[in-house]
Amino acid sequence: MSSNGARATQRDRPWIMRTYAGHSTAKASNELYRTNLAKGQTGLSVAFDLPTQTGYDPDHVLSQGEVGKVGVPVSHIGDMRGLFDQLPLDQMNTSMTINATAPWLLALYIAVAEDQGVDRKLLQGTTQNDLIKEYLSRGTYIFPPAASLKLTADVVAYTVNEVPKWNPVNVCSYHLQEAGATPVQELAYALATAIGLLDTVRAGGQVSEDQMPQVVGRISFFVNAGIRFVEEMCKMRAFTELWDRITHERYGVENPKFRRFRYGVQVNSLGLTEQQPENNIIRIVLEMLAVTLSKDARARAVQLPAWNEALGLPRPWDQQWSLRAQQILAYETDLLTYADIFNGSDVVTDRVRKMVEEASQEIEDIQARGSVVEAIESGYLKQRLVESNAERLRAIERGEQVVVGVNKYLEGADSPLMTDRDSAIMTVGSGVEQEAIAAIKTWREQRDGAAVEKALAELREAVKRGGNVMPPSIAAAKAGVTTGEWAQALREVLGEYRAPTGVAGARVSEGEGDSQKTVEGLRARMDVLEKKLGRRPKMLVGKPGLDGHSNGAEQIALKARDVGFEVVYEGIRVTPEQLVASALEEGVHVIGISILSGSHLELVPQVVERAREAGIASVPIVVGGIIPVSDARRLENSGVARVYTPKDFELNTIMGDLVELVQSSAEA
Amino acid sequence: MSEADPAALAERIAAAEKAAVAQALNLIEDRRQRSQGRIEALLGRLRERAGMQRVGLTGPPGGGKSTLTAALARELRERGDTVGVLAVDPSSTRSGGALLGDRARMSFDPADQGLFVRSLATAGDTGGLAYAAHAVTEVLSAAYDRVVIETTGVGQTETDVEHVADTICLVIQPGSGDVLQFIKAGIMEIPDVLVVNKGDHGALAQRAASDLAGALDALRGVGMAEAGDDWRVPVLVTSARDRTGIDALVDTLDAHRAAQGAAGQRERRREGETHWTLSLLLRRHGEHGLEVLGGRTEVAGRIRAALDAGAIPIAVSADLGRDYLRRVASAGID
Repeated sequence: MSSNGARATQRDRPWIMRTYAGHSTAKASNELYRTNLAKGQTGLSVAFDLPTQTGYDPDHVLSQGEVGKVGVPVSHIGDMRGLFDQLPLDQMNTSMTINATAPWLLALYIAVAEDQGVDRKLLQGTTQNDLIKEYLSRGTYIFPPAASLKLTADVVAYTVNEVPKWNPVNVCSYHLQEAGATPVQELAYALATAIGLLDTVRAGGQVSEDQMPQVVGRISFFVNAGIRFVEEMCKMRAFTELWDRITHERYGVENPKFRRFRYGVQVNSLGLTEQQPENNIIRIVLEMLAVTLSKDARARAVQLPAWNEALGLPRPWDQQWSLRAQQILAYETDLLTYADIFNGSDVVTDRVRKMVEEASQEIEDIQARGSVVEAIESGYLKQRLVESNAERLRAIERGEQVVVGVNKYLEGADSPLMTDRDSAIMTVGSGVEQEAIAAIKTWREQRDGAAVEKALAELREAVKRGGNVMPPSIAAAKAGVTTGEWAQALREVLGEYRAPTGVAGARVSEGEGDSQKTVEGLRARMDVLEKKLGRRPKMLVGKPGLDGHSNGAEQIALKARDVGFEVVYEGIRVTPEQLVASALEEGVHVIGISILSGSHLELVPQVVERAREAGIASVPIVVGGIIPVSDARRLENSGVARVYTPKDFELNTIMGDLVELVQSSAEA
Repeated sequence: MSEADPAALAERIAAAEKAAVAQALNLIEDRRQRSQGRIEALLGRLRERAGMQRVGLTGPPGGGKSTLTAALARELRERGDTVGVLAVDPSSTRSGGALLGDRARMSFDPADQGLFVRSLATAGDTGGLAYAAHAVTEVLSAAYDRVVIETTGVGQTETDVEHVADTICLVIQPGSGDVLQFIKAGIMEIPDVLVVNKGDHGALAQRAASDLAGALDALRGVGMAEAGDDWRVPVLVTSARDRTGIDALVDTLDAHRAAQGAAGQRERRREGETHWTLSLLLRRHGEHGLEVLGGRTEVAGRIRAALDAGAIPIAVSADLGRDYLRRVASAGID
């Protein structure tokens, strides 16, 4: 029997299986991690909450509504200790999705390891630490691009000697795809980022030239896998080929081991649907194939989203279902018994060759602009992504890209998984934020204030001098400094940054057919409305809170411009107070708010209330985000005119609503 | 929205009440015929703040103007001046829509009553400044100590900011070869202040600054730089990112105001108002209007005289418009 034969064959070691997890408190997250490991998960993937990611303590004004929402709050060494309670760090492989504050969270991790008596040289894991994609897509940057690259380079230089098994940077093409990147753009922008980073490390002089191969060997990648899984698989082979070439030609790395394209994956969340959400588990499995089928380009670590992510936060069972999908592929099927099954395929070879060529050209274009930093500061990359994303959404809206259950095959029986929509997702306890605020106050009172001041002064001094940020950060971690204090010290020295939004200059091709007719119809209605109002209808679009996923807000802003609104794009990370001040000063006719982090119930009513106080209660407010049905009803009751969720993919319909809202408020 | 009495509104604007300033700007942008009387009444009642200064920041795209504007506003606030910012953005002409992205690059304290930011789309006008820009500036000038007008444009394209601002700063980034060529060739109007922003680019920025200074010297040699003797156009290096050079920029703005003097400022504003009145007339009645009224020089003379006699631009333009229509009607001109 072949099963005996298969058993006799040498099986490859499976990839590391993780689940992106963390919420509420360090204690609750620690329990979750221990349960997940018991279920057969082989690595940890820590999700931090947005205040931790953007360097604020829970009691900062911008943290309102965000504490413990999309991840775990880690404000100091005490939290980090709690997070890894009973988890020996020399035995863990921990991936941390952390960027602007990556040096700090790594410092806390190292400090806790030392607490546990673990040698830092044994630590294994990854800090995401790729700021370039933060400017382009994810929005949790703090400092200007050059300063950010320097901090990233510090972590690289420090870990290569001190924590040699650590992956200091996960260069992310993942979020580029979420921002709309085509496969070629994903390849090019991610590799240009890696080049920018390695050039910075080499020029910084912290690492000797003969250590560069090791440095190159520690750079890993974090990739997205979409539903077009054949093309995605080819993309991974193209990555492998290009990286091998770049590391050899540009950095002179001779040892093939250091030229390997090492990557982890989170398969695509963007394509998951709110309609017929049970279909998502099938999408997730197919997407996983893209990064596992080809042995030569196989992921080293995989984490899968949950089927219900478009509805809200997944429950433990939802995450378990995704883990089981990984385990079945790795342990039940015969996949891991074969050599690469695509070698020798003309189709694959040809597709990969084309991608490699096009991506090489795009990388050259970016290099011709100076470097990836210039391409960020000038807004070039962001604008290209905004344009690609507009194309993608347009294709779905026109039905050119089939999405089952969304724009095709809509009829179906009701899903038994969805009988009670509100219990089909997880909710975070409401007391979490208040508890965190009380806890950090106690923490500050109980620590040695003088030691904290001294550590912060030394940190500032080191950064000002251009020294490596890691040693003073580890000292600060041990002294009891908080996340907000660490980030504030660096803000004072490095400054804060507001990245180009890419929307103002984005060119979007005119549509055609029905969609274009709808747009023309809307424009005509806008012209009538303009006559009625005396001036162009004006809209404010902004994202309150700390959530930096601006792709949706950008597309709304672009579309609103296309139908004829004057759009004031306020960007990310604004307070309700700022939004309302802008709405007043700009004299807008409608306010559009986008929140994906789940903090809508805290933030949106504040906007409504402040608008009333400012005397602009008549300006309608619309909200978009991942908003459960019952929350949507509450928002509407509190005075919000419309709530949109991922199922509302037809931007033209939303635009029609906006025109109508402005019209009726003008008539009121 | 309720239609406030212009006199009461003007008073609240003088007290820099944000809601009133916003309401006035909404009115100013209102192009309905029935609103013109109220606009006129409001503008007629506004008195600009004593000693206030209008600063224009202009330059090619990509020079970091919005970040510089934000840094400048912050510095001015720290020195105790209240600030009104007008950010002018190019418009998408096809749909009439526009994307005004400047606010996303600025971060301000929303509780600060001494700072007001308004974005304005150019609504298809060819110059950098919109139809409403003059009037918006008038409103802001009645409420704030300094008004900063940020607009895009350079070289041969008319920027229009010169018709609104007392002090014009041209902002360029290191490596803007075009600007240098324009200046060298003498085809670009010389601003009052040259700013090389993104000074964080180090040597590149310093070289750009010395190239510009050299070009200015060469122009001075042939008598083509500054118009008067009282002001030498300085070349500054700023970094909006690192907030360096911003204090020097404010010092320079103060120095320019002093060198210009009250009379010089009045004269420049009067020229701007003349231009504005003319453009209002053109907007409404086109070249034909100018022709019927006796041609550009004749009309400009009439405008100037009316303004000198204390009339406000919008009223002068309305008067001229009525005159035009009368002439057309009586002469049967088509």
